[in-house]
Amino acid sequence: MDFPGGCVPFTTELKFVGGHFSTDVPPMSCYRTLDSVGDALQEADTPWGLDEEQAVRIYRAMVGLQTMDGVFYDSQRQGRFSFYITSAGEEATAVGSAAALAPADVVFAQYREQGVLLYRGFSFLDFAHQCFGNAQEPGKGRQMPIHYGSAELNFHTISSPLATQLPHAVGAAYALKLEARQAVVAVYFGEGAASEGDFHAAANFAATLGAPVLFICRNNGWAISTPATEQYRGDGIAGRGPSYGIPSVRVDGGDARAVYNATAAARDIALRHGGPVLIEAMSYRSGHHSTSDDSSRYRTATEMAVWRARDPAARFRRLLDAAGWWDDGREQALRQATRREVVAALGKAQRVPKASLDAMFADVYAEVPWHLAEQQAEVAEHLRRHPGAWPDIPLQ
Amino acid sequence: MQGLLQRGLAGLRQVAAQQRAYEWQIPRSYAAQQMTVRDALNSAMDEEMARDPDVFILGEEVGEYQGAYKITRGLLQKYGPERVRDTPITEAGFTGIAAGAAMAGLRPICEFMTFNFAMQAIDQIINSAAKTNYMSAGTISVPVVFRGPNGAAAGVAAQHSQCYAAWYSHVPGLKVLAPYDAEDARGLLKAAIRDPDPVVFLENEILYGEAFPVDEKVLDADFTVPIGKAKVMREGTDVTLVSFGKLVGYDLEVAEKLEKEGISVEVINLRTLKPLDRDTIVNSVRKTHRLVTAEEGWPQSGVGAELVALVNEEAFDDLDAPPERVTGAEVPMPYAANLEAAALPQVPDIISVVKRVCGKA
Repeated sequence: MDFPGGCVPFTTELKFVGGHFSTDVPPMSCYRTLDSVGDALQEADTPWGLDEEQAVRIYRAMVGLQTMDGVFYDSQRQGRFSFYITSAGEEATAVGSAAALAPADVVFAQYREQGVLLYRGFSFLDFAHQCFGNAQEPGKGRQMPIHYGSAELNFHTISSPLATQLPHAVGAAYALKLEARQAVVAVYFGEGAASEGDFHAAANFAATLGAPVLFICRNNGWAISTPATEQYRGDGIAGRGPSYGIPSVRVDGGDARAVYNATAAARDIALRHGGPVLIEAMSYRSGHHSTSDDSSRYRTATEMAVWRARDPAARFRRLLDAAGWWDDGREQALRQATRREVVAALGKAQRVPKASLDAMFADVYAEVPWHLAEQQAEVAEHLRRHPGAWPDIPLQ
Repeated sequence: MQGLLQRGLAGLRQVAAQQRAYEWQIPRSYAAQQMTVRDALNSAMDEEMARDPDVFILGEEVGEYQGAYKITRGLLQKYGPERVRDTPITEAGFTGIAAGAAMAGLRPICEFMTFNFAMQAIDQIINSAAKTNYMSAGTISVPVVFRGPNGAAAGVAAQHSQCYAAWYSHVPGLKVLAPYDAEDARGLLKAAIRDPDPVVFLENEILYGEAFPVDEKVLDADFTVPIGKAKVMREGTDVTLVSFGKLVGYDLEVAEKLEKEGISVEVINLRTLKPLDRDTIVNSVRKTHRLVTAEEGWPQSGVGAELVALVNEEAFDDLDAPPERVTGAEVPMPYAANLEAAALPQVPDIISVVKRVCGKA
């Protein structure tokens, strides 16, 4: 029978499907290619193989990410800048997926995906400039730390309200579709942000518009102190995809090779079929939500220790070791060199002066309107007359 | 980001060329050089879509239904479903999509059935559209036009009658326009679509069907009205009366009536609420020495409050009387016709305030 709302088969059986207390809809399986320790599972699908160069590049990025996160977190604690968010436990999700995207693919992120930007070529110094909001930062000191972005690297500036980037990504994907370009949009978000109304609107809309967007959910089990068990009752985020008409996969977010394959496959589907794909990467947020959080107040030390032992970088390293592409000597050299590089970048960025006054009034509009030009002139005049008032503001 | 989605939009230009091949004649009324506001808006969007293949329309009922108020009549037939997009019911969704499409280099016109429903999307308008150029240090611009009816209609009560002029004109990063007549509607909408910044375009449902005389020049495909410039609709010497949108019509009626009583009223049509044309307003008050503002919105922190503050700061010594504002009553709009009329400024209300300010109460 063809209802306008759908062509559906009839049944004479009164039966409800689903509900968290029922067992008739099993949870979607989680794809992985490495076991918990990092040994390769021989029967795993790996249609996108990794050669030595690519695998080492991925691993170096994960080590760089871990090192940067650690040093920057400590720097915030020392008062050197106001805020930081680490991505401990989710390195494989960010770097593995970034490795499967093309440089022309557009990325929208939430806030825990610095690994994507790092993999694409944003340097430790670039990150440090942004966290200090100094005069060399392309962001001109406008945004608080971790709100990085890069036009050249196709990574949209981070925006704080959660999940607003999801409909943006759909809009941007629609633009790519109208231009018939062989590129996709990848948008990252957490399982908590997926509770926002914007998630529903974006998912439904991407499907109806046929927008080539990869929805990549980092399900790390925690939204600040809210565990996933309180965030939803359904089958996570992947379970929602098919109900929107979106092909979906669940993947082990701590297995970089699995994330790489899932993302490459999703990209292929999005381009071939001209529509959205959903990936839910399951992992664990090993660190605190941010420097404003102390998760020991709501999580047990045992739980955190168990998950820390499943370090995604260590799991991936085991794959490289087994292939003869890595060893302890290279590991030690890389870790030490990376740490030196990160610390040097931090020191260098801290010494750069802050953004100047003329950075404050520009870019509100494409061209500075008369009233802002007047206000800027007033402030500049005030500073000239009272040079001691604000010693930290260079005029230009 | 625009640099990456290069202007060589092969696919889109091809589609646009195919559509121009069968020119769909949208019936419009140009008789005796009169034009309704509806036709002014429709023709403006039609011409801008023909001129620039990046311009597209999205919103509820804009396509097959020809627009909830028929403002987009004929555009789906002429340009096809990829450029006139009917959306599912989600203001937050399609507003976010419009913002994202604009960030990616397109020029969306995002229609709200009424700005009352835009409250469900206001985070996308403010936090995503208005602030992004600034937050991205000028690397991501958001050239989107948010348009739809604003303010009171007739008999649609509290949730369909609010005026958002004060809210949007408060926000740096937005340009806010409010047309009155057909010339305003055509020229300001074309200017808004061509502008690189996000624009909130506040229309009025009651004015859609009203016809206004238009000059030949208004019909030109490149006719635009400058953003940020108010228009002196009628010159006068005794008092400056400032409004936007529908109340400009009331002000002209007030001026006509008071002329017979020997009061010469200068009527200013703001046209742009942000950035305000301070110079035109202040120069007028320096000439007339008196200010009255009239708006339908609520009094506290309204547009009139801003105009009074501005004139006090810039032209205090030129004032012969304290400025006064005429506003809507500070209640959610009631439904009953008599109460609705009492809740909104009417011509007699404006007349009595103007007379009081002129010392002729």
